[in-house]
Amino acid sequence: MSRAGYVRYELLRTVRNRRLLAFSLGFPLVLYFAIAAPNRGVGDLGGSGISAPVYFMAGLATFGAMNAVLGAGGRIAAERSLGWNRLLRLTPLDARTYFQAKLVTAYALALVTIGLLYVAGAALGVRLGAGSWVAMTGLMLVGLIPFAGLAVLIGHLVGSDAVGPAIGGTTALLAFLGGVWFPITGGVLHAIAEALPSYWLVQASRVGTGGDGWSATGWIVVAAWSVGTALAAGAAYRRDTAREHA
Amino acid sequence: MDADERPPGVLLRGLRKAYPSPAGPIEAVRDLDLAIEIGETVALLGPNGAGKSTTLDLLLGLQQPDAGTARVLALEPRVAVAAGRVGAMLQTGGLLRDLTVAELLAMIASLYPAPRAVGETLALTGLEDLAHRRTQKLSGGQAQRVRLAVALVGDPELLVLDEPTVGMDVEARREFWATVRALAAAGRTILFATHYLQEADAFADRVVLLAHGRVVADGSPSEVKSRVGLRTIRATLPGVPGVRLEALAGVTRAERRGDTIELSCTDSDAAIRALLAELPAARDIEITGAVLEEAFLHLTSEDAPERVA
Repeated sequence: MSRAGYVRYELLRTVRNRRLLAFSLGFPLVLYFAIAAPNRGVGDLGGSGISAPVYFMAGLATFGAMNAVLGAGGRIAAERSLGWNRLLRLTPLDARTYFQAKLVTAYALALVTIGLLYVAGAALGVRLGAGSWVAMTGLMLVGLIPFAGLAVLIGHLVGSDAVGPAIGGTTALLAFLGGVWFPITGGVLHAIAEALPSYWLVQASRVGTGGDGWSATGWIVVAAWSVGTALAAGAAYRRDTAREHA
Repeated sequence: MDADERPPGVLLRGLRKAYPSPAGPIEAVRDLDLAIEIGETVALLGPNGAGKSTTLDLLLGLQQPDAGTARVLALEPRVAVAAGRVGAMLQTGGLLRDLTVAELLAMIASLYPAPRAVGETLALTGLEDLAHRRTQKLSGGQAQRVRLAVALVGDPELLVLDEPTVGMDVEARREFWATVRALAAAGRTILFATHYLQEADAFADRVVLLAHGRVVADGSPSEVKSRVGLRTIRATLPGVPGVRLEALAGVTRAERRGDTIELSCTDSDAAIRALLAELPAARDIEITGAVLEEAFLHLTSEDAPERVA
């Protein structure tokens, strides 16, 4: 069995899906210019000590990457409703290769989204050292692991008719509570935010722009969410493939 | 190993499977035994609800039996599938979009240890002209051929086809069976479920008839037909009601098409004597052996579906 061959075709069909690319890559870009461009002169956004173009570049890179990875759940649900997963069960495809193909595709989309936001940020005057770009990207990729688990979980739990609202709602809620749209600085909301993977994804995106990265709490929260969503995703996958009368 | 001791291609022993329903569990498969030798082409027949799809699901490992065992090429079904030794074409299921036909086949081929070349698979299924077409732009019949190609590209030893020609036109059906015949000639074991009885009659070495989750007949198409012992009497006979015809000795069923009557007979000798004695106006009389459809109706209508207490 050629695992690489299978993953390559999965990637190829994602790249061929123009609407997916347009929405997945275009949306964060459009939002970024709509929000950051009118505020490009704001040097200290909401007491965060960060300029508006930097703040929203990080926020929308987070939002775009989250969207890109969670979108895998929508594609899984669509393939399930097509009966494609039932067909795959009659081939020697193993679960590892199946997940690998889904994750490589999701991460590829996330990386392109992040890269495009960087370019857009640079266009609005964001200037960072090479080390900063690399550090924030690396930490974000780690911070996306819980979202990959969440995508597989939702994809195997929810039907294709409900997966849109399920993923849209999850993304909106996590983005809002994680501080994508405005800084969450204190109170109960901050305490909730700190327990969410989206908050730490936002922190990861600030590493290059004066952020401190992840505290011990951050690593623990991300690790816990990664393990939790991976276990739940595995259970949902097994339940789904074992289901009778599929 | 002696040739006679080869493991069977498919071996089902005492297979049982029930589904819950509000009125109590319904047994889809009840104590089913079936052995298929390597290289055989077998048709699985039966009315809706006879247990055909459940039987195929059990032998493909898509469902687990409540009791009994299923072995494919002497292996657990899931193991045989994981080893790439089984290919299947199911009744439902779309094709993955955004790939060409050739790319989709290459994607599936990449999962098998020793796949058939994509080009060869395309030629075998008559898809060369469509190799570079995206899967979402195929007609229903074309998509059906691609589904067969997907089942064949792994070069499996056992091929399972569930109602493979549904939705195909006459020409597509002819080409489809030509492909399957070539595979059978190459020594592949083929099991297909169908409700087109003439396909079973024409293409299967062996016919297995299911009713109410059990095998009710098993043999070559001519054996199954003769086992039933049905013959048909046709005659021109206007104006006689069907009830009267069905009351004739040896007749099980009477049908009228215009002035022509058709009598299904368990004892055609008694029936023809009775017909000529009671209705001498009958003319243009023909007596023929049963077609598979009559055997099918006769064998599957004997007992009503039962529920488990």
